[in-house]
Amino acid sequence: MAAPLTLLLIVAVTIRAVLFRSSLAELIPERVEVVSPLNAWKRVVEGLALLDLGVSPYAGDVFHETPLIIYLFHFVIDYAEIVFMIADALTAVALYLAVKGYNKTVFRKQKYTLEAERYPLDCLELIHTPKEMYYIPLKVAMFYLLNPFTILSCVAKSTCGLNNAVTALFILCTVKGSALMSAIFLALATYQSIYPLTLFAPALLYLLQRLYIPVNWQRSSFWLFTMQYAFMYLGSLWVMVCLSFFLLSSWDFLSSVYGFILCVPDLTPNIGLFWYFFAEMFEHFRLFFICVFQINVFFYTIPLSIKLKEHPFFLIFMQIAVISIFKSYPTVGDIALYMAFLPAWNHLYRFLRNIFLVSVVLLACSALFPVLWHLWIYAGSANSNFYYAITLLFNVAQILLVSDYFYAYLRREHHLTHGLYLKRKDGSEATLVLK
Amino acid sequence: MAAHRCNIVVLAFVLCGLTYVFVTADIQDTNNVKDDESGAVDSAPKTNIGASLQSTKTEDQTQATEEERQWEATKAETNPADAPSDNKADHVHDTIQNPDSTPTPPAKDQTQEAAEEERQWEATEVKEADHVPVTMQTPDVPPPTPAKDQFQEELVIRPLHSGDIYASFQFRTLWDTDFLRGSKVSHYRLFPKSLGQVISKFSVRELHISFTQGYWRTMQWGQPFLPSPPGAELWVWFQDTVTDVDGAWKELTNVLSGIFCASLNFIDSTNTVQPSASFKPLGLGNVTDQRFLRYAVLPREIVCTENLTPWKKLLPCGSKAGLAVLMKSEKLFHSSFHSQALHFRPVCQDWKCKSTVWELRQTLNVVFDLHTSGQGKREWSLFKMFSRTLTEACPLASSSKVYVDVTDNPQGELFELSPTTPLLSQAVVLGDRRTYSVYDLTNQATFGQTRSLNMLLRWRAAESGDMLRPLLHGERYVAGYGLQTGEIHTLMYNNHPYRAFPVLLLETVPWYLRLYIHTLTVTSKGRDNKPSYIHYQPSKDRLRPHLLEMLVQMPPNSVTEVTVQFERALLKWTEYTPDPNHGFYVGSSVISALVPSVVAMDTNSTRECPLFSSFFPCKEESSYFMRVYTEPLLVNLPTPDFSMPYNVICLTCTVVAVGYGSLYNLLTRNFQVEEPSPGLAKRLANIIRRLRGVPLL
Repeated sequence: MAAPLTLLLIVAVTIRAVLFRSSLAELIPERVEVVSPLNAWKRVVEGLALLDLGVSPYAGDVFHETPLIIYLFHFVIDYAEIVFMIADALTAVALYLAVKGYNKTVFRKQKYTLEAERYPLDCLELIHTPKEMYYIPLKVAMFYLLNPFTILSCVAKSTCGLNNAVTALFILCTVKGSALMSAIFLALATYQSIYPLTLFAPALLYLLQRLYIPVNWQRSSFWLFTMQYAFMYLGSLWVMVCLSFFLLSSWDFLSSVYGFILCVPDLTPNIGLFWYFFAEMFEHFRLFFICVFQINVFFYTIPLSIKLKEHPFFLIFMQIAVISIFKSYPTVGDIALYMAFLPAWNHLYRFLRNIFLVSVVLLACSALFPVLWHLWIYAGSANSNFYYAITLLFNVAQILLVSDYFYAYLRREHHLTHGLYLKRKDGSEATLVLK
Repeated sequence: MAAHRCNIVVLAFVLCGLTYVFVTADIQDTNNVKDDESGAVDSAPKTNIGASLQSTKTEDQTQATEEERQWEATKAETNPADAPSDNKADHVHDTIQNPDSTPTPPAKDQTQEAAEEERQWEATEVKEADHVPVTMQTPDVPPPTPAKDQFQEELVIRPLHSGDIYASFQFRTLWDTDFLRGSKVSHYRLFPKSLGQVISKFSVRELHISFTQGYWRTMQWGQPFLPSPPGAELWVWFQDTVTDVDGAWKELTNVLSGIFCASLNFIDSTNTVQPSASFKPLGLGNVTDQRFLRYAVLPREIVCTENLTPWKKLLPCGSKAGLAVLMKSEKLFHSSFHSQALHFRPVCQDWKCKSTVWELRQTLNVVFDLHTSGQGKREWSLFKMFSRTLTEACPLASSSKVYVDVTDNPQGELFELSPTTPLLSQAVVLGDRRTYSVYDLTNQATFGQTRSLNMLLRWRAAESGDMLRPLLHGERYVAGYGLQTGEIHTLMYNNHPYRAFPVLLLETVPWYLRLYIHTLTVTSKGRDNKPSYIHYQPSKDRLRPHLLEMLVQMPPNSVTEVTVQFERALLKWTEYTPDPNHGFYVGSSVISALVPSVVAMDTNSTRECPLFSSFFPCKEESSYFMRVYTEPLLVNLPTPDFSMPYNVICLTCTVVAVGYGSLYNLLTRNFQVEEPSPGLAKRLANIIRRLRGVPLL
């Protein structure tokens, strides 16, 4: 398996290297779909330039990266392209290994269940076969590396690629069962952009499952491990924040990074839901709606964790997807991360209800973004509503995609316990409904 | 018909003026006013106005000389010196107007290079190198004794090379009070009370405010006496005893807004900056800590009659007498350029500078386009410009003069000025030696028998002579297309043939144009020109603007181009102006420089001057301070659709609800086998059966 992966990496790096040298390298970083005020490379350079001028990068409202990013690029500013290519490759490899590890556990579990004959007989066609599982990790890596969204994001040098790498490493460490590394990478991801905070729950569930500790409020072992993991997570987060403080010896970065993420002061158009909504918002409802929209990201964590407590890996996917849809400054790089997981749910394909429609809408929207942007900003023949309409449609499509996968996952689990071909009481073929 | 009558009236005035000139030639010959003597005039205790006027006349006549053409020799050289140590300075314009009122500090060595000491470079002060008249009159007048409040007025008229007329009024009120030391001032003589109270309440040390309509075209018109940017400009130095400078500034702008009926109350933290070097105090004092400085420009401010009326009311004579009678708003605002300003600062009381007085200088600059409105006739008169003539000086004024720039017309071949005046004055203003005809309004003879003064200037030549290109001027524009990004280009021209000089560029850009300082480039003559000093304060959204100050050395005869890229922000819909597609104004950038004197360019010395005086660089060789404002910018921002906030709220919330709904559905429900629901008829039958108590179907 190493050979195809290496080949894939070479192809991916070649594509990126070619694009970096092409004329598109100037065009892509200006695209609002690819970069947001949070992760634009132009702003990283601006922050470093401010630092050179002796001004705190957080004195202005242009730079919103964390101090560790400054520290990183202070040394590798000249090799930025290589750094971003490495970050993408790292993400792909981490996802590859993570999915591989996950598949192994799934396969093992499936084997035990089969041996215990707990599957209904007609469900055998739902069971993973080793043949189809063999290529899934490679497909995941390919979906990440060759996704146009990832490529655009990398060529734009959006720091989203770095965040994705951190998240991917977190997933890898979680799947491998290393609680400490998982906590550290989760802390790092949280430190970079608050939202991965919600990944705490799936990671904890996954690690508990790995250690065969049942999620039971009465058990002391459950609490012990939870406290342990929370302590590691908060401890490393604390260390990072303090380290940031000592790097610049000021707390300005807190409001400039996290305040900026949470309060959404910059209304630069992007593919998310926030910008136009808050540009058109009545001033006295502003705070209320900011709270509502931000809670939206964190809100689903607990119900999803309860519903999917037996399936933490899918929960990770759901959480990443929810974050990338409802976060305040989304870019296509965020979407690329959760889309990379789609090959891992290949077996759900037969239960997806509107995958064709959703993928067509996603493709059409991706094509229409630049067109309508041009009509609004450059040609002046359209107005902001056109672009806004496309962002709405794009988000609806994403929501449908995610909920469709969720539906399919739940339905498959239902079939695995109740049999694939359900019969009504009168013996006729039954249809399954949610009630 | 009215115009015709006007012409007749003008003609009558001219005729009267001419006869008057002949009749009273002798009297005028003996009348000359030297500034040295005006100092002596001021020394006369002014117990009442009549007495002061009387004393003026007697002094004038006793000092009369026999020379037919008396040079009012105010060869003054204005030089900047280093700021903190030596602040006893006066602005360039003082030198024309009243050089002796602010005494000379000891001449400082001027050889320092600006690049060496950036902090000290700023030319807030001006060395008046020498006031000793070049003609052989050494003043034997004793230094003036401390005077109480004084008022002076003057009008300078300069025919511009473009055929336009530049008229500049200056009114100077000196206020001898000590409001700082806690002594409550309740008595106001000449100083306007409304302003005095404000200044003492907010502990203002210097206040400069200007309202300008139109843009000063430096390349066509040359340099103005007092530059000002289009719109309203306000900069204030507070006393260092003020603790809450921002609070005082906020209140002050609101009060000034009331006084001048202007929108100065729109000055808030988003357009206020604290320049570190460009705006140093112009008056006495050595506080240069920029914490006490606030600078704001409102480029969109429209200036009109309602701003002029309160401004006129601050004058001791109002618009009742003196030069201010000329200020009729329907004429003043029917002009190419209109700028009214007010400058308040501490100055020395006497030449020893033991105590300070407060100077209020009100200026009004107008450029009339008489050429196009005058049916091709190139002539002007006071009446034509202002539809008034002068009949008297302000009785409260210690000096009241009208100057007409006749530099280009030494022999009268270019234009004809009537009535003629025997008084000539020469001054080095803005690095150029100018000659002025002087009309002294405190002298009754000036008005002639018609008891009114209406100067008339008629051009003889079709084309006026070549104008000396301004040594420094600036331009600015926005490059790029689309509403996403753009680039501000600032061009600074050094037209000096062989001297390089440093300039200080100040750019204030509102927060909604996000500047990227790493894209800043400064190029001169196609090469990178690294600024030796950059002060950059990035903006905070909805809180403060960008401030960019830099010191650039400009090579001789070159264009220096400063470019910086910006990104246009999308604002909240309530933050747009009522006409959002008109665009947003960005205030002028300010170029401050020490410009080498034009006189100094004259090295081959065609002028007739003694050889022994022209080898070593003389005092005129040095530079003078100049401030140039570029055009304000008009920048378009992307706009949301203002008509549909409800729609947007509804639609976005719908999408969020779709997300919530579909997830909620899956989270809270379970899969169940669907039981077929009975048909409608069956259901109805069942309801009836239930009512009847019969078993259901």
